[in-house]
Amino acid sequence: MISEPYDQEAGQAFRSILREAMRRRSAFKEAVLPKIHIGMSTCGIASGALETKNAFETALNECGLSALIHSIGCIGHCYAEPVVIVERPGFPPILYYKVTPGKARMIVKSYLAEGDPLFEHLLGAMEENDLIPSVMDFPRFSRETRVITEKCGRIDPEDIYEYLAEGGYAALAGVLGRNPDHIIREITESGLRGRGGAGFPTGQKWMLARNADAGQKAIICNADEGDPGAYMDRTILESNPYQILEGMAICAYAVGARKGTIYIRAEYPLAVKILRCAVEQARVLGFLGKSILGTSFGLEIDLFEGSGAFVCGEETALIQSIQGDRGMPRHRPPYPAQKGLWNQPTVINNVKTFALVPTILAQGAAWFKSIGTETSPGTAIFSVVGSVVHPGLVEIPTGVTLKALILDICGGIPNKKRFKAVQIGGPSGGCLPEELLATPIDFDSLTEAGAMMGSGGMVVMDEDTCMVDVARYFLDFTQKESCGKCTFCRIGTFHLLRILERITRGEGREGDLEQLEELSIQIKEGSLCGFGKTAPNPVLTSLRYFRKEYEAHIREKRCPSGMCRALTAYYIDLEKCARGCDACVGSCPVEAIFTTEDRKKAVDQSLCVKCGECMVSCPVEYSAVKKVSPPHLAPVILRPVEKEAKKNA
Amino acid sequence: MKNNPVPEIEAILQDVTARLKDFRKEKCCLIPILQMIQHRHAHLPHETIKLVADHLGIAPCEVYGVATFYNQFRFHPPGKHPIKVCLGTACHVRGGSIILENFERKLRIKDGETTPDKEFSIERVACVGCCALAPVTVLDDQVHGHMAPSKVEGLILGFEIEKQKQEREKAKDDF
Repeated sequence: MISEPYDQEAGQAFRSILREAMRRRSAFKEAVLPKIHIGMSTCGIASGALETKNAFETALNECGLSALIHSIGCIGHCYAEPVVIVERPGFPPILYYKVTPGKARMIVKSYLAEGDPLFEHLLGAMEENDLIPSVMDFPRFSRETRVITEKCGRIDPEDIYEYLAEGGYAALAGVLGRNPDHIIREITESGLRGRGGAGFPTGQKWMLARNADAGQKAIICNADEGDPGAYMDRTILESNPYQILEGMAICAYAVGARKGTIYIRAEYPLAVKILRCAVEQARVLGFLGKSILGTSFGLEIDLFEGSGAFVCGEETALIQSIQGDRGMPRHRPPYPAQKGLWNQPTVINNVKTFALVPTILAQGAAWFKSIGTETSPGTAIFSVVGSVVHPGLVEIPTGVTLKALILDICGGIPNKKRFKAVQIGGPSGGCLPEELLATPIDFDSLTEAGAMMGSGGMVVMDEDTCMVDVARYFLDFTQKESCGKCTFCRIGTFHLLRILERITRGEGREGDLEQLEELSIQIKEGSLCGFGKTAPNPVLTSLRYFRKEYEAHIREKRCPSGMCRALTAYYIDLEKCARGCDACVGSCPVEAIFTTEDRKKAVDQSLCVKCGECMVSCPVEYSAVKKVSPPHLAPVILRPVEKEAKKNA
Repeated sequence: MKNNPVPEIEAILQDVTARLKDFRKEKCCLIPILQMIQHRHAHLPHETIKLVADHLGIAPCEVYGVATFYNQFRFHPPGKHPIKVCLGTACHVRGGSIILENFERKLRIKDGETTPDKEFSIERVACVGCCALAPVTVLDDQVHGHMAPSKVEGLILGFEIEKQKQEREKAKDDF
């Protein structure tokens, strides 16, 4: 456990910076003004946080009030964005959800000016009190264990002093001057496994790089989060970039590297901006640069913006990309820890792995090991999205079951639908059915079930999702993203996709399923890197758990969930359709809905594009629009003119 | 005659030549250089590829090899209002492809193309990272969550009304 600075001078330098941080913090805390904390990361801004912030400023002006407006990162509750926490002297801090500009004005006028906390708009108080129910009463808050995201949503990501005041950089100050072997031993003992997906023991990786005999070594932070459906790395980068920089500095010290690179997706402009600002601030205060905290240890960190190739998440491809080549993986060994960037020994860790390092060193290996399961200790972050009531980022100890995560913590499935499957691990992962909901979440159990931890994307699907279409979707992605080096991956995924497309179009044949399986196994065996080895996983798991659905597509030309558009049709039930109502007519983007002779509505099947808008717009009291599969079950209703023409002929 | 395309490309080439001086002549600068060009000119004009190749002392085909490998780079200029339809997993499950189709139908172009009047271009993106708002569309860098086919019409109609208004005002000014 490393809690006290070891190097005298570094300790002194650190304490003087910390004093300044604490002074700033108490000045902010002790101000008698109300404080408004607004979540300003990408999802907050997408939901309108900027407008909300402006509305607060205008409303405060109108009421002649003053308050401190404080931008914070993301607290992970995406369903509630824009999220605002309001502290009014004499009241506990209150969390308001979905704060539109209108709500912001109400909060200022009713709560800040008149003292009515607007119970109908608040989610809860941030601490226990007698007045307002606490957010801790909800499982979405109380069952999380925040280690990686502990400071996310509590600090301003563009102010390093706030990170320091929350205990930041204490681990780095404590590490300097100590024996690097001691640090690596601590990481090894904690049992930390890389959070990038494969779960390689971090301590072992660092030891390999430390023992490598070379003049220069490098470290890389892999922030090339490419899984469609996963965004936890971005959230951490946008909410607390300093923790990653601190973790990287500790790693560099331990393995003896003096150069670090953060490989970040160019598609995350806000994260890039915040990270640049953080690197600059860390350099100014001496947490980066030639001499960190006055010691002889120095580290420079550069940003490399990834240009959007999913395969660059693979470490050898990532290195190729930094070197200016096409991101194509190469054979391992030699592992990057032995021979990586510019042939130097290189440690590549994921954002979450680096973010865990400072906390592990500050709290000790034994503490970390006590969280979660024996073989995958610690916590895991998932971005739970899709059909759940409370989507967002959830950090839980490993070993929690899928059921607890999806049904309890995230509130289950909305709109009274049934749970069908959960897709874990993105394009490399798999779909697990209801029977496997009792699976505990850790590296080994998920791999055994056919999925994988991956980077932590989790998409929950309800009964309306077709598993064949989901498999087709992922293959469409992997087929496009395959780098093309291995024949099986390049051509095999293409053929898998062609077969799946045929099946979803209703042109499936007997023997297709066997061919899918055979091809999948061959792709797994014939590919070099993790990308090809896992690309067929969505097909294999959906075939394993949802074979009946494939068979319905092939034999009955029917899509049981009504998602494959070639196999479904919409029609209007004339018994239920109300005369004179034309709600559906305006909603149809292709004018496929016409009026029948008795002034009811019908769908022209030749024009219908099956978008389902008419079903949404039909008033609930009629619910006249129906969806059927196979499409020939829809009754044929001709337009009045066509009928006339037919009669005449 | 409207603006002649030749001087336009010359201005781009001049700008790129000036900026290339800031980059070392090493292969590892290739991607940052391409990113710089695309950032400043919204696409990689074919004429610039030769410049880059000469600067780094490599063959133009090598530059193309890298530029076509990565999704970020495009060789045609996007429209004035680029439309990025997210087709990440969460958006797909919630009907992202229907949204894409609606844009394509409404604007009469396919994904990856630009309308003849250079107003709009459509692009499908893998994930913009706002999965909780699915399906998502990014229009002019503004994220629109919970998209529906009717919202597609609304968005484009909004632009058309704005454009007509501007034209009317311009006509008024001309009088």
